Amino acid sequence: MRPWRWLVALLTLLTGRLFRRRSSDGSGGDEQRIVPEGPPERRAENLVLVLLGIAVLFAIGFVVTYAEFGVSKLPNELLGITLGGCLLFIALALTVVGRGLVVTEELDEDYPQEHPEEQREIAEMVHESGSRITRKRLLISAGAATGGALGLAALTPALSIGPVWDTGPLDRTPWRHGVRLVDEQGHPISAGDVEEQTFYTAFPEGSNPEEIGSSLVLIRVDTTKLKLPEGRASWAPEGILAYSKICTHAGCAVALYRKPTFPVLEPQDALVCPCHYSTFDPFTGGTVTYGPAGRPLPQLPLEIDADGNLRAAGNFSQRVGPSWWNVRSRPTND
Amino acid sequence: MTDPVQDPVRFIDERTAGAALLRRGLRYLFPDHWSFLLGEVALYSFIVLIGTGIYLALFFDPSTAKTVYHGPYTPLDGQTMSAAFKSVVDISFAYKAGLLIRQTHHWAADVFVASMVIHLTRVFFTGAFRKPRELTWIIGLLMLFTAFLEGYLGYSLVDDLLSGMGLAIGYGVGLSIPVIGGPMTLSLFGAPFPGKPELWSRMYIAHVLLIPILLAVLITIHLALVMARHHTQFRQSRRHTERRIVGVPLFPGQTPRSLALVFFVAAVLFLLGGLVQINPIWQWGPFEPWLGTNGAQPDWYLGWLIGALRLMPSFDLTIGHFTLVPNPFWGGALFPLVVLGLLAAFPWIERRLTGDRTTHNLLDRPRDAPNRTAFGVAFLTWVFLIFAFGAADRIFVLLGLSYNTQLYIFRIGIWVVPLALFFGVRRVCRELQASDRIEEVREQAEHEAEEDRGAVAGAPAQPAG
Repeated sequence: MRPWRWLVALLTLLTGRLFRRRSSDGSGGDEQRIVPEGPPERRAENLVLVLLGIAVLFAIGFVVTYAEFGVSKLPNELLGITLGGCLLFIALALTVVGRGLVVTEELDEDYPQEHPEEQREIAEMVHESGSRITRKRLLISAGAATGGALGLAALTPALSIGPVWDTGPLDRTPWRHGVRLVDEQGHPISAGDVEEQTFYTAFPEGSNPEEIGSSLVLIRVDTTKLKLPEGRASWAPEGILAYSKICTHAGCAVALYRKPTFPVLEPQDALVCPCHYSTFDPFTGGTVTYGPAGRPLPQLPLEIDADGNLRAAGNFSQRVGPSWWNVRSRPTND
Repeated sequence: MTDPVQDPVRFIDERTAGAALLRRGLRYLFPDHWSFLLGEVALYSFIVLIGTGIYLALFFDPSTAKTVYHGPYTPLDGQTMSAAFKSVVDISFAYKAGLLIRQTHHWAADVFVASMVIHLTRVFFTGAFRKPRELTWIIGLLMLFTAFLEGYLGYSLVDDLLSGMGLAIGYGVGLSIPVIGGPMTLSLFGAPFPGKPELWSRMYIAHVLLIPILLAVLITIHLALVMARHHTQFRQSRRHTERRIVGVPLFPGQTPRSLALVFFVAAVLFLLGGLVQINPIWQWGPFEPWLGTNGAQPDWYLGWLIGALRLMPSFDLTIGHFTLVPNPFWGGALFPLVVLGLLAAFPWIERRLTGDRTTHNLLDRPRDAPNRTAFGVAFLTWVFLIFAFGAADRIFVLLGLSYNTQLYIFRIGIWVVPLALFFGVRRVCRELQASDRIEEVREQAEHEAEEDRGAVAGAPAQPAG
């Protein structure tokens, strides 16, 4: 009895295995697969595991670096290496997956074509849709006008963002007759403290120094070299000159003073903007001698008060800052 | 029996009826060529930008309110600065990993624009912009110019000395636009430069919300258009034709490759962010309108504009005493508009000149279209030389070649060099084509000789076709 049972058990197992193998053969045929089969690659798998393991170590390294160091001692380089390294090893692992583990097929298919039938039908649908409408053009115009009106209404609140058509603010500067020149700390500037061969930045007393019309470059030159335009003879007491510090080209600060180190051969003193190297001649009233600026640097008339301090004797010779449409024909400064 | 893949797929399909679309999408074919990855690099840089940008937004304060700095970076101790600048100094020194994220964000922006530009040249020189892909080309150009603006706003927000100078130039260029420039710029800034505090709210919302959304929408349309018409392909074999595309399916073949590129791009950006210093704003210090520094340079992708502004001769367009066009308009506004306009119109210009109105799925090699290649090289050289002049002050420091000498060399060179290159490159292309033809004839002759020998040997001739 026993051996017979053993025999049945063995037969069942064998036939079962056979059947299973046959059925797997049937479904595994190349014709029915979508993605073709490829040979196993144990070495690539191992490599991926190693690379992912290294990536994990780098990630842990990042967390540890972050936690271990105080905020002032945290080395940015180590943070970058650990996080970047983690990402790099993930990228390498994925490269191995892409090259060695995933089946790479090269397939082809048709490029998509145009649909002339549908094109025609869409046009036909639109044409036929208006068969009940007799005054098509009028209705379309009315629709367009309503859309335009609604658009206008919707855009109206946007007018609040700025002065829109009023360019008046561009004309204003804080400089008036009698306004005192002060330095960055707000101290008045005494004419006697202004030396030659260097330049100073000055502001109007009591005004916002950040305003584009506020800041001045202040220099002292030899009065015999001055060739100021007509009507500006009194603007430079003791040879002290004040110009707007804002370049008339693109609005950067005229922050460089060109001082010849060997005056015989080198070009004379000039005010230079470091953005595009517009260069202005302080002796001739700020005329452009080099670079792209289109207008001279505005000059501020100066006077020296009873205490020996510098004051404005009026407003700038022309508009301050970068040029705009009709800048030259604005009404004269007060 | 449950299947861990089929069950969720069934769940989704029963609720979206999307399985058919997904099935097709997974087998979308990617032609196998390295140059097709350039656009992907831009896309993945954008993802890094979004991620790092969100982190930075948690700390950044877009406010011009004055504050006095007392923090870990002692050289700035006691300095008056805007809250915006202070918050960026704090991101760099007072928050752990803040500097890494900030530098990675900056690097990602530079790489984002760089990969877009290289991608653009690839598309241009292979003729991939031709029908039916003109819209993809236009959208790509819009993305590039939107990215210029986005980058400019990003570094302007920091309110350091360099970015303040850049913002002043932006204000100057804006003012110079004929008729509308004054009112438009004044409205955007709220007041004459440096503008009202609201300017910072406006730049901030544009930089972190409006423009990123615009870029994301443009990217989506760009990719949808690419997929709708499928990729172009090179004629790598006889299987590659105008009617049939050959490539690796998105799944499984392309998926690990693209994912690897995602991580590779991110790795390079974070390594750069950790190891290579970029825009150390604490060295520039806070901005005030009366401050400026020599040797200032913008981020690379705005170098062509500073070059154009510097190259332009002193010249405002005026009638008598009436100013029509102030100088910054030429280099700062007209020049980039001409570049954008020419590139955008190029598919139609080329179509008009060649009379070629057919659909193209196969790419040209640069030599296959000598006129296009020659024009492209000349045009890029023109822009590049103007870009290079933007660094003339640095070239002076490095090589000692005076700024003035360079100015005159470049003013002539930007016209002469591209013109010479146009004719030179066209000739090279034509000669390469000629040698290709000789090679073809030789191969054909060898092939025929082989067949003849076969026929002589008595083998029956194969029926044609």
